[in-house]
Amino acid sequence: MEKAANVVPDLKREKHKDYRKSFFYIIEPYLFLLPALILLSLFVFYPFFKTIYLSISRTDPQGKVKFLVGIDNYKYLFNSASFINSLKVTGYFALLVVIPSIVIGFFLAILANTKLKGMRIFRTIYALPMAISSASAAIIWMFLFHPSMGLINYIFKANIGWLTDPKYGLLAVVIVTVWMNLGINYIFLIAGLQGIPEELYESAAIDGAGAFRKHWSITIPSLSPVLFFLLIINIINTFQVFGQVNLMTRGGPGEATNVIVYAIYRDAFFNNRFDLASAESIVLFVILLVLTLIQFKFEEKQVNY
Amino acid sequence: MSDKSKKVLYKVILYAINIFVAFIIIAPILYALLVSFMTPDQIFEYPPKLIPRKLYYENYKEALETAPIFRFILNSLIVSTVITAGQIVTGALAAYAFSFMKFKGKNVIFMIILSTMMIPGQAILISNYLTVSSLNILDTYRALILPYLASAFGIFLLRQAFLSLPKELHEAAILDGCSNFKFLNKIVIPLSKPALGSLGVYQFLQAWNQYTWPLLVTNKDNMRTVQIGMGMLQNVDAQAFGPIMAGIVMILIPSILAFVLGQNQLIEGLTAGSVKS
Repeated sequence: MEKAANVVPDLKREKHKDYRKSFFYIIEPYLFLLPALILLSLFVFYPFFKTIYLSISRTDPQGKVKFLVGIDNYKYLFNSASFINSLKVTGYFALLVVIPSIVIGFFLAILANTKLKGMRIFRTIYALPMAISSASAAIIWMFLFHPSMGLINYIFKANIGWLTDPKYGLLAVVIVTVWMNLGINYIFLIAGLQGIPEELYESAAIDGAGAFRKHWSITIPSLSPVLFFLLIINIINTFQVFGQVNLMTRGGPGEATNVIVYAIYRDAFFNNRFDLASAESIVLFVILLVLTLIQFKFEEKQVNY
Repeated sequence: MSDKSKKVLYKVILYAINIFVAFIIIAPILYALLVSFMTPDQIFEYPPKLIPRKLYYENYKEALETAPIFRFILNSLIVSTVITAGQIVTGALAAYAFSFMKFKGKNVIFMIILSTMMIPGQAILISNYLTVSSLNILDTYRALILPYLASAFGIFLLRQAFLSLPKELHEAAILDGCSNFKFLNKIVIPLSKPALGSLGVYQFLQAWNQYTWPLLVTNKDNMRTVQIGMGMLQNVDAQAFGPIMAGIVMILIPSILAFVLGQNQLIEGLTAGSVKS
C-alpha cells in the first residue's frame, strides 16, 4: 500500500530533478531579469557613464566628443560666477522649500488624524497637491501672482511684481513648490502618526499632559525617523526643480532663480555646451549622492528608538 | 461647562479648522476652475472676482481651438498607459526572479539595480537626449516611453509584496509541473493586486505629470504631451487667462481622477516600506 502511494510523488520528484538540472532552469531567472536589466542599462547606467565621459571632454554643438580635457570643465564651472550662483540659489531654494513643506505637512497630518465623520474628504484634499503637475501648478500660480489681476497682491494689498522683481522671483517659485510638496509630506506623516501606539498618548493623558505637550514629547520623537526620511527626500527633490522655474521665471529675473537643473538645460540647449551641462549634472549627482549616503547612515542608526 | 458640551465644542473647532485649511490647500485648483468659466471682461475686473457671473463655456471652446488639446491628451494617455504597463511587466518579472528563484549573483544584481536609485533623473537627461537624438527617434512615442519602462522603485516595491507570499505555494506548484511564468501569472499577480495597483497609480501620475523629458524630445505640436502643451497655450497669449485655465482644468481631470480613485493603494504602497520600522 505504502509503496503504491509513493509512486506518483517519486515520479514527480524524478521529473523535477531533471528540470532542476536542465539548462533552462539555470538561465530562467536571468530571462526574467533581462527586460529590466536591458532598459536600466540603456537608460540609466549607460547615460550615467556617458555623462561622466562628456564632462571631461570638449563637445561640438551636436554633443559629439571632440577631445578630452580632463577636469577643465569642472575648473571652469567652479570659477564661473554664474554656476556658483546656481549652487547658492539651489541651496537657498531647498532651504526655503523643505522646512515649510514638512512643518505644514505635519500640521495637516495632526489635523487629519482624528476619528471624526467625513475626515476622508479632508484627507483626500490634503494629499491632493501630489497629483498636480508642475506645469499646471506653475500656470495657476502665475495667474495668482499676476501684479494687477492676481488674487495675492489683492489679498495682501501689495503691489509686488512677483515674477519680475529679483527680490521676489525665488520666493514665488518657493511658494508654488511648497504647495506642490505638501501632499507627499502629509501622507508620510499621517502614516507615521497612525503607527504610534495609542497607549503612549493614554499614559501621557493620565500624567496630565496637554495637547501641545503630548505632541512635543511623544509625536515628534516617535516620528523622527519619518521626519528625517522626508527631510532627505525633500532636499533631493527640490535640488532637481525645473518645471516651475522654466514656466514661471526662466531662471530670472537676472539669475535669481537659475537653479542647477535650469543651468544644465540652458547650457545644453541654448548654448550647445553639452560638456559643461554634463559636468554640472555630475556636480548635482555628487551633491545628491552625499545626501543619500547620509540618509542611509542615519537609517541604520534609526535616529530614535 | 459639562464634559459633554466640551466634547461638542472640541469637535466643532476641529471641523472648522479642517474646513478652513482644506479650503486654502485646494483654493488654487478651485480658483482655476472658477476662472475657466468667467467671461474675459469679468477676469480683467478689479477687484478680482471669485464667482463667475454665468457659466461661460467659450473659454473651453477657445482653448480647444488654439491648441490641439485632445491630441495632447491622447499623446499623454498613450505614453502614460504604456509606461505604466511596462513598469508592471518589467517590475513583476524581475521581482519574481528576486523573490522566488535561486541563481548566481542574485544579491549583486539586486544591489546593482538598487544603485540606480542613487542616480538623479535630471542628471542623466542630457545623455539620454543625445542617445535618443542619435537614434533619430525625437518626436516619437518611443522616445517618450522607452527610458521609463523599468525602474528600481517598481522592482523593489513588487519584490516586497512577492516576498510576503508563502514560499511553500511556489514549491508545491513547481513540483506539480507548473511553469514559473504560469505561477507568476495565475497565482502571484492575482495575490499582489494592492502592490500592483499602487505601482500603477504612482507610475501613471508620474508619467502624466512629466515635464522635462517630453520638453526635450518633442518639437512637433502633434507629439506634445499635455504638460508641454499647456506651456504652449501660455506662450501663445499670456493674457488669455480664461482659455488657459480651461486647458488646465481639462488636463487636471485625468490626474485628479486617477489620484482620487487610487489614493488608498497609492498611499499604502508609498508609505509601507518607510514608515513601518
